[in-house]
Amino acid sequence: MPKPFSPKVVTANALLEGDVVYLTAGDEWTRHLHEAELLQDEAQASQRLLDAEMRPLEVVGPYLADARASDAGPRPVHFREEFRAAGPSNYNHGKQEEHA
Amino acid sequence: MYKYNDFDEAFVRERVAQFRAQVQRRIDGALTEDEFKPLRLMNGLYLQLHAYMLRVAVPYGTLNPGQMRQLAMLAERFDRGYGHFTTRQNIQYNWPKLQDVPDMLDALADVEMHAIQTSGNTIRNVTSDHFAGAAADEIEDPRPYAELLRQWSTDHPEFQFLPRKFKIAVTGAPNDRAVVRAHDIGLQIVKNDSGETGFKVIIGGGLGRTPMVGKVIRDFLPKADLLPYVEAIVSVYNLLGRRDNKYKARIKITVHENGLDKITRLVEARFVELRPHFQGADVALLERIAAQFAPPPLPEVGLGAFEQAFDSDPVFRAWVDSNVAEHRVPGHAIVTISLKAHGQTPGDATAEQMRVMADLAEAFGHHELRISHEQNVILPHVARADLYAIHARLRAAGLATANAGLISDIIACPGMDYCALATARSIPVAQQIATRFDALKLEHDIGPLKIKISGCINACGHHHVGHIGILGLDRAGVENYQITLGGTGTEDMVVGDRTGPGFAYDQIVPAIERIIATYLDQREAPEETFLDAYRRLGMAPFKAALYPVEKAHAA
Ligand code: SF4
Repeated sequence: MPKPFSPKVVTANALLEGDVVYLTAGDEWTRHLHEAELLQDEAQASQRLLDAEMRPLEVVGPYLADARASDAGPRPVHFREEFRAAGPSNYNHGKQEEHA
Repeated sequence: MYKYNDFDEAFVRERVAQFRAQVQRRIDGALTEDEFKPLRLMNGLYLQLHAYMLRVAVPYGTLNPGQMRQLAMLAERFDRGYGHFTTRQNIQYNWPKLQDVPDMLDALADVEMHAIQTSGNTIRNVTSDHFAGAAADEIEDPRPYAELLRQWSTDHPEFQFLPRKFKIAVTGAPNDRAVVRAHDIGLQIVKNDSGETGFKVIIGGGLGRTPMVGKVIRDFLPKADLLPYVEAIVSVYNLLGRRDNKYKARIKITVHENGLDKITRLVEARFVELRPHFQGADVALLERIAAQFAPPPLPEVGLGAFEQAFDSDPVFRAWVDSNVAEHRVPGHAIVTISLKAHGQTPGDATAEQMRVMADLAEAFGHHELRISHEQNVILPHVARADLYAIHARLRAAGLATANAGLISDIIACPGMDYCALATARSIPVAQQIATRFDALKLEHDIGPLKIKISGCINACGHHHVGHIGILGLDRAGVENYQITLGGTGTEDMVVGDRTGPGFAYDQIVPAIERIIATYLDQREAPEETFLDAYRRLGMAPFKAALYPVEKAHAA
């Protein structure tokens, strides 16, 4: 039996700033994982990744990252995505600074 | 130090102009990312986890105050007010924006610096002993040779697409502070039986996935033959090195698979072919370079207020004991400025701190600064009489931590806080170890101890050659830390031994504590260092302390 599909988000780095970004359902790039579109099946995920790859003037290296649903929107699964979503742990830089 | 000539200046400026156009074409869409990526990497620009990262070479770790101030300016204007010094004597900026990078490179060119060949399968920044030109044990200053190699390797048309990256280190002293045995080529200045100086040439060392101690390919190479011989090595590697598997592409594997005998034969044959082509131009160039590295005038001076301060101020005394090294000229000293304040990120300096260090080098240090591969900054030439004043200024800037060579003087790579290749974090582990042992007030009692941490198998944090090495891995989606013991990166380089299964993120600091407790308990005397004790005791007592449950099971 094929492995059941685990939900994904499309993520990349913004071309100009390098910031971690996520694709929303409205085709915008957001800096916040919880605003990303959570992709529930494989066909939809591949399609959205293709959509992202068609936007090389906005982002670099789009890929699908595992995420899980929560009341507050998608949350990271792997710790690497947790750090990408949150920013570095040694300084209040990157995303943390923007939130502050 | 070396001053750019018109050719160097024009070359660096032209590269900046080219890169400026390339960035614009990427933004306009004329270049795809696949086309642009190799171009940005050739200019030191990476894309990391959260942002772009610009890696700037500090050739053989030498900086003047003007350059340090410019690095501070870049940190403030284009980054978050700090820079990160690396184990390859580079500085990395963690937050530049793509459009700003050409301006950053122009600003670097203003002070004769660049980011060329800090990435890609090329010959990288040539590193050297951070005490070069000052150390009491030195035979000769290695930096003129490092500069010669820099000029020769920069944009060398044959060596822009090597099988893999290629790292060269040079030292002029028998006590190896430049880890030359862990480099693709390590050069050590030696004297032969007739008293001439030349090089012991070592090849095929490296860390990473397959750590290897470099092997001696030539016991004595006359100085004049340096470039043709190094070119022979790189050209043999360029043809023979594997391009089918990037994990087997470094010269250490080429040497391992082909055997040192065969490599030696090929290199010596190629050397005979190449040597006539140099026609002495290299030797003439070396002479011009060497003249620019003339040592500063260092008159034998008295100690001034040094002794009284040393006797009366315990904080100053502790700092002198750990952070001040012997200089070749009596009355002078080499100062290690620690970038390892307890709880801070190893190797980071704020723009303000960079300026303080530049000021000190200007006021007291003959305009010289060095970056060490241990991620500290060195003032290589200061009078002992000035140490007290220097210490006071460092203290005010948060730079007077008395821990050089001690447990909190940790090498840590950026790890998963920044690096896109990382499998786990390194920085917070270093911060916690330093803070913990500072709180225990054990640091000075423990004595000389090198902890080195890498956030993945690439080993930028040199964990294999740490007395205690820590390697962060991803084990089934959780951070896990493997420990090695007994490694050392000096002239008697040894790759550390793995203790056994790794430790979770919240267990790694307690594990290190158990290792240290075992050492303190079992050392013969306070003079027996951790490394010596490990060599005498072997792994067993440390294993028992690390894995007590397993032992109970076995009993
Ligand atoms: S060792 Fe790994 S994680 Fe650390 S800087 Fe090197 S590549 Fe990145």
